[in-house]
This record gives sequence, structure tokens and C-alpha cells, in this order.
Amino acid sequence: MAHVDNLERKAAITGIGQSDVGRRLNRDPLELTADACLQAIEDAGLTRDDIDGLCTYPGAGIAGAPGFTGGGVNEVQDMLRLKLDWVNGGMEQSGQLGSVITACAAVAAGYAKHVLCFRTVWEATAAVGGRKLDMQPLREKAAARKAQQAEVVEDKPHKKVTGSGGMGAIPRANGVQQWSLPFGAASAACWIALCAQRHFHEFGTTREALCSIAVNSRRNAGLNPKAVYRDPMTREDYFNARMISDPFCLFDCDAPADGSTAVIVSRVDAAKDMRKPVIKVESIGSAIRGRPSWDQWDDMTTMSLRDAGAMLWERTDYKPDDVDVAELYDGFSFITLAWLEALGFCGKGEAKDFLKDTSNIALEGKIPLNTHGGQLSAGRLHGYGFLHEACTQLWGEGGERQLQNFGKSAPKLAVAAAGGGPLGGCMLLSAE
Amino acid sequence: MSDNTAEKPFRIQPGLTRDNVHFWTGGADNELSFLCCADCATIVHPPQPICPQCLSKNLAPKPVSGKATLYSYTINQQPWIPGFEPPYVIGLVEIDEDPSVRLMTNIVNCDIDKVEIGMPLQVVFEEQDDGIIFMPLFEPANG
Repeated sequence: MAHVDNLERKAAITGIGQSDVGRRLNRDPLELTADACLQAIEDAGLTRDDIDGLCTYPGAGIAGAPGFTGGGVNEVQDMLRLKLDWVNGGMEQSGQLGSVITACAAVAAGYAKHVLCFRTVWEATAAVGGRKLDMQPLREKAAARKAQQAEVVEDKPHKKVTGSGGMGAIPRANGVQQWSLPFGAASAACWIALCAQRHFHEFGTTREALCSIAVNSRRNAGLNPKAVYRDPMTREDYFNARMISDPFCLFDCDAPADGSTAVIVSRVDAAKDMRKPVIKVESIGSAIRGRPSWDQWDDMTTMSLRDAGAMLWERTDYKPDDVDVAELYDGFSFITLAWLEALGFCGKGEAKDFLKDTSNIALEGKIPLNTHGGQLSAGRLHGYGFLHEACTQLWGEGGERQLQNFGKSAPKLAVAAAGGGPLGGCMLLSAE
Repeated sequence: MSDNTAEKPFRIQPGLTRDNVHFWTGGADNELSFLCCADCATIVHPPQPICPQCLSKNLAPKPVSGKATLYSYTINQQPWIPGFEPPYVIGLVEIDEDPSVRLMTNIVNCDIDKVEIGMPLQVVFEEQDDGIIFMPLFEPANG
């Protein structure tokens, strides 16, 4: 074997956990995080005392993105009183799964034996201002108390407080946002739509291909009791949906959700006595060999996924045809299409034919895709949901949607991939 | 080039800095201006303190022709920003002097169903209320 020295081979997934998932759960995101983390630890057959590494994406305190993060490594370490040899959390890495890929390197380097990796979102609740403290009763109480005091003590004149407004009445876009926000390109929906439209132009791709991804995901979500959208969707339903940013309609965009997902990354030689057989990390892809940009990337039809996908195959002797199941990010449906091409499940520009219907990607198909319903229908758990589902299928824990129910043998090799634009990371996982 | 003040949407505006001021204010003189390497002529965008090709620090703003080609576009139907009402066309344009330099922008003065990838474009500036910032938008060339 040409690749035996790849250090990610010293890493394995040994446990997974996931909180309740739903629209507007209205629960403390740290509680969701705790649920997922403790479940993953138990699933691995470990205890809190065994966890010596902690890793997350994107970490605490992301301004201007309500519900985008449900706790950083410091909060979670403190909440669970973990004693750690290695911690890492942040946004500037190879996509959401970059955190798991980094954890693989950490265990391979000997920094830790068992790293708990987590990702929490609560965007559905945050979008409607959920979990905000109602200040009104407190203000009324304070006003009543002051009114009472004013009867006995003459109120001192208040020092005038000047606001920080001034010229700042117009919101300003700084840094990288200045190149998109002034033109109303306020969402990744617009940026990825530009990628999709260019793909359509160069290769004759049409919305039929995106429709196949959306419809396939909805069918799979119907078999996943935790999915947020489970009602059947026809191709006609898809084409009747309102447009968001052409060529994307509502069903091309993932569904904001609340939920937390956790996985345990263990050093293989420290994982001899786990509750379940370990899932080995065969290879990873983290490359970004062009400009790290949503708009200056050389070939917008591939985004950076092209390089992450290429690197994954450079580090293994397996080929795309060997893969039993693919869990590929779908923040927008086109991103999944781009991952299918980047990972070689079809040739570049060939997604139009590969996705002319769902026969290739269905549970019975050539390469079952997004078997839990993806973020389009199961809910936007932001990358980690794909890794969770890949492990679920490899461990045979998929219930109704498990591949063996669809004329398949037990899956041995899975790809999980996350990210779009300049964010991309992928993992090839082996249950051999 | 003309100012299309008639239908100005509410725009979030860039925070001006010493490094981007040439780009966002050049429209006052009808100039689309980029940082340019004085040693190897590379157009450097977004602005940065060193030429990514020859590593020279000898960079200065320089106007280009304002001509561009449409690389991709999307007709946005979703209201994201109050006062910036859909539908509107977000374009990604390649400037003629170096097609690897792209700008996200709006395609204006063109029927939405006439927008097509590859169409030649020219810059048109939209003056903002402060009279300082001029947004570079693009319209069909010779339109």
C-alpha cells in the first residue's frame, strides 16, 4: 500500500451522539450540546474522564449570526468539567469537518487519545428572537421602585448619555463583506447561485439536476424520524416553489434547525476496548490550492471542493467506485452537485446526466446520497450531520433508512463532506 | 457613464479605509480604479499591501476602462435587506484588463430577461447620499 504512512490512519471514530433536532426547540443551545456530547461519550463506551481533547467549529462568539454557534470549547469544557490535554475551536479551517480532521491529526500526534468534537446550531429558534429575556417586567419593577424613591429623595439630574450613532446611521460593511453586501448579495444563497448559474452555462446543467437532489433528500428524510421536513415532495412540488435567488428555489436551500452533533475521534491504539467496532479514518481532504474567496476562486463551477476532493483520493488506493454511501453537504443543493463531481462520483460537468433522475443517488442506487435527508430536509446541522449519518450507516444503525433494507450489503466505505465556497473538508471512512 | 439616481435602493455601504478609498470614491471622477503593481502591472484586488505575483510593495491605484464581461449572475427574489427590494440582478463580472479580477455588482439598465452570461458590460456609478461613495454597477456596453 502506497499510503500507509498517512497519519490520519492512526485515528478512528469511536462514538457519535446527537441531541433532539427540530424547528424552534427553544432550548438552551448548551443543553443541546451537552446532550450530544454525553451521548457520544457513552456510545464510545467511554466516560468523561477518558476525554482528553475537545474540538469544535466555529467556536464561541460569532457576531452577527444568530444561532450559528451553541458554545465554544471553553464553555463546554467547563460545563462538563473536562480535564484536557488539547483544545481547539475556530472558524478559519477547512470547513466544518476541518475540526474533525484536525482532531485526527491531534490524536495521531499523541496530543490526545480521545477527542470530543461537536457542532451546535440553534438558528431556527434564534431567527424568531427566541430565548431572549423579556426585560419588560424588570423595567416596570425598576420604574416603580424609582417612583417610590422620588417621593422621598429629590432625583438628581441624569447625566446625558450620547449614543454611539453619529454618522453611523447607515450600516457599514467591512472586510470581505464590503464586496457583496452593498449589492444586495446578503446571503450565501446569492453567492452559490452565481456558481450554479455558471455551471449551467458551461455544461448545460438545468434545475432538473438540483431537483433530483432535493427530491431524493426528502424521500430519505421520510425514513428518518429526526428529520424536520418529512412530507413527501414531488418534482412538481419542487418546480412550484417560490424562487429565492435564481436558479435556487426554496427547496434548494437548507432548513434552519436547532440541534447538536458530537463525534469521538480516538487514537486507534487507544481504542482497543470500545463499545462498538471502530470506524477507521482512511483518508482526508482539506486542500485549498486557489484563492480562498467566494468570488475570486478561479473556477466557480467547482469551488474549493475540487481540491479537497482531489486530496482525499491522493491519500488512498480506494477509488470512487469503492464507496458504498456518500453524505455530501447541501447548504444549497448545488453544493452537493459540486461535491459529486469533485469526488469523482461523476465526471466534471456530467452531473446533468448523472442527476437526470434520482436512480443513481437513491437508497437502491449506484451511490446512495444523503441517506438521512441532508440539511435540505433533515435540518441544517451544519456539516456534522453528514459525518454522523456516515457513521450511522457504517454501524448499521440507520433504522428504516439503513441501506441493507434496500438490497444493499452492509456498507463498508463512506464519504462525508462538508462546506462550500472556500470552505471544504471531506473524510473517507472505513468499517473494514 | 451616467448616474442612475432614479431608482436607488437602500444600500449597505462600505466602511472606507486608506486601502479601499480609491475603489469606492473613484466614481466621482468617473473612474473605476484598482490597486496596481507599478513593477509587474498586476491588478491587485481586493487591496493588499504586497503584490501577490512579484511581491513588490510598489502599489498604487490606477483607473481601468470600466469595461467588463458577465461571468455569472443571479436574479435575486428574496428580500434580504429592508429598502433593497427584489427582484434585482446580482452579477459577477470579469474586468477586461484582467479577467481573473472579478467584481460582485448589480446589473442595471437592462431588462432582467435580457441578462446573459458573456454579455459585454460597462461600469455606471451610483452616487450615494454622502456624495463621497460611488457604487460601481454595470450596464450593457453601449447601452
